[in-house]
Amino acid sequence: MSAVLKHRLFWPVAALLVLLLSNLIFTPGFFNIEVRQSHLYGSLVDILRLSAPLLLVALGMTLVIATGGIDLSVGSVMAVSGALACLYIVHQPDQGAPGTIIVACLLGIAIALVLGLWNGFLVSVIGLQPIIATLILMVAGRGLAQLITEGQIITVNSPGYRFLSAGYWLTFPFAVILAAVVVALTVVLTRRTALGMLVESVGGNPRASRLAGVSSRTLIWGVYVFTGLCAGIAGLMATANVSSADGNNTGYLIELNAILAVVIGGTSLAGGRFSIAGTVVGALLIQTLDTTIYTTGIPAQTTQLFKAIVVIAICLIQSPAFRAKLRRRPAAPVAPAPAAPSKAEVSL
Amino acid sequence: MTIDLEAETAAEAVIDRKRRTLTIRKYVPVLGTLVLLCIMYGIGIANYENFYNTQILLNIFIDNAFLLVVAIGMTFVILTGGIDLSVGSVVALTTMVSAVTLNHGWPAPLVMITVLVMGSVLGFGMGCMIHYFELQPFIVTLAGMFLARGLCYVISTSSIPIDDPTWITLSQKRIPIGSFSITPSVIIAAIIVVIAAVVLAWTRLGRTVYAIGGNQQSATLMGLPVARVKIAVYTISGFCSAAGGLLLSFYMSSGDPLHAVGMELDAIAAVVIGGTILTGGSGYVVGTVLGIIVLGLIQTIITFQGTLSSWWTKIFIGALLFLFVLLQRTVVRRTPS
Repeated sequence: MSAVLKHRLFWPVAALLVLLLSNLIFTPGFFNIEVRQSHLYGSLVDILRLSAPLLLVALGMTLVIATGGIDLSVGSVMAVSGALACLYIVHQPDQGAPGTIIVACLLGIAIALVLGLWNGFLVSVIGLQPIIATLILMVAGRGLAQLITEGQIITVNSPGYRFLSAGYWLTFPFAVILAAVVVALTVVLTRRTALGMLVESVGGNPRASRLAGVSSRTLIWGVYVFTGLCAGIAGLMATANVSSADGNNTGYLIELNAILAVVIGGTSLAGGRFSIAGTVVGALLIQTLDTTIYTTGIPAQTTQLFKAIVVIAICLIQSPAFRAKLRRRPAAPVAPAPAAPSKAEVSL
Repeated sequence: MTIDLEAETAAEAVIDRKRRTLTIRKYVPVLGTLVLLCIMYGIGIANYENFYNTQILLNIFIDNAFLLVVAIGMTFVILTGGIDLSVGSVVALTTMVSAVTLNHGWPAPLVMITVLVMGSVLGFGMGCMIHYFELQPFIVTLAGMFLARGLCYVISTSSIPIDDPTWITLSQKRIPIGSFSITPSVIIAAIIVVIAAVVLAWTRLGRTVYAIGGNQQSATLMGLPVARVKIAVYTISGFCSAAGGLLLSFYMSSGDPLHAVGMELDAIAAVVIGGTILTGGSGYVVGTVLGIIVLGLIQTIITFQGTLSSWWTKIFIGALLFLFVLLQRTVVRRTPS
């Protein structure tokens, strides 16, 4: 039992289960899953389907954070990639043609890769702090996306493009399959090869890794490109879901949700270790929270309040300093103990 | 003996020269901003009629007084090497709380004190979490951002108008300067700027802020009150956000949960363009003021141009951010550590 309690995924998984179960109070048939016309239907399937973009973005973010970096530009990259794909589709005579959709998706992914290369270049070659390097694209990318859409909302009329988000393949939602494939490939690439360990070593200490013969620069550059790719695919999914591209709102605040998902999953923001399983749980938790708030009829915008509480709770539980203080003075757990002035601090 | 003295003077001269180059180098980012500002202003005057009008410059302060105050708080936080993402939400929460309490008939001074205390308390809480539980500023203030924005929506999901006489006076009053005019908000912002500059340059608190940003561990080992000052900067940022929120509620005459969305980015951009280094330890309040003017000038030029759409503002701000972090990078690299 204590082994289960101590597992780093215990709290996130427990929170997810509690949240799912609490849905039963408001929606009795919450756990029902049925097959209609060989399509899976049900609230759980919806949560999976809607969490696909966030899951992809959070996956890229996990690797970036594992190298000790952060990528704030993912939302903007999503907006740019989705906008470009939609722009291409509306200018074609046949919006539903498979060729059109494939070219549109490739265009969206290509621009996302270019933006990822740019971020990686700033961080690994020029040596800017990741937070500021990606802040540049976070601000400018929104402008770029609006430039592409000319400030309008581009609406596409293409069932084929919509398939990316709402389509079904082999009874499963296509978006879920796509996200699952990307996650599986990443797990294989990072955990079945040395890649994951190298990423962690760069996050732990870039200088020591370089001296040990790890090409930190290429690796760091690579993870930003990967995050760009993930954000690009997510951008296609998000715009396909609403059949339109809005430079202002596509992927809005997703960087924060993705970081949240990563942190909930137990990946340390300081870098040096990561857990893809944790990120998956984190992303599902956030989407479940959103869906739960919707179904309970509480104003949707107050989700942020619950997210804040979840972040604070999970961060406190994961904080060694907080645990130590809990243990030292169990009588008054909330009151912060006055720190001894001579205590040496290591800034994170 | 004489040789010793000569050697000593020579050594002193070397140290002096080093110190002088260091002092100059310290100002390079701020000077860069100033040069950019002059170039942009020059471009504006050369290309557009009536751009030389001093009122244009004053309007930048009138339209950005709230952002200036928020950015001042952000300067304190960034100087310690931290970051505060909650400012925009705290600004929005301030406008909401002001609007609701005023509509309930609270007297204006009480409302102002209440929101200022509320902002400071929020900042204080985040500072405590960052310091005592060793959580990252990024994630704690992110939670603060969600919390404050969520609270806005708990209060109301739509805009609330403010028709309190004090607010209306403050929003409509124009203070003449020669043939030009400014608003009371600009004066309030100016007072906060001066206080912040004095605190940073000449008080123990200010010097400790720089010391923590330079190296927190050294600051702790030197016996500086790291805990107190670190919590203080987040409290200051919370206070400034609330003050900025008050100014915004004067400017907008309403409380809206959608006010100041993304303002944290503008504030960070202004601080960075103003030459404050994001790792902390180096930067000036003057730089932040210049950064705000640069952001304001971009908007003004785009308005004057007329053919450029508003999204070019974002692209220009991104490009400027890029230029300035590159500049900082080269300056920091050259400084011997």
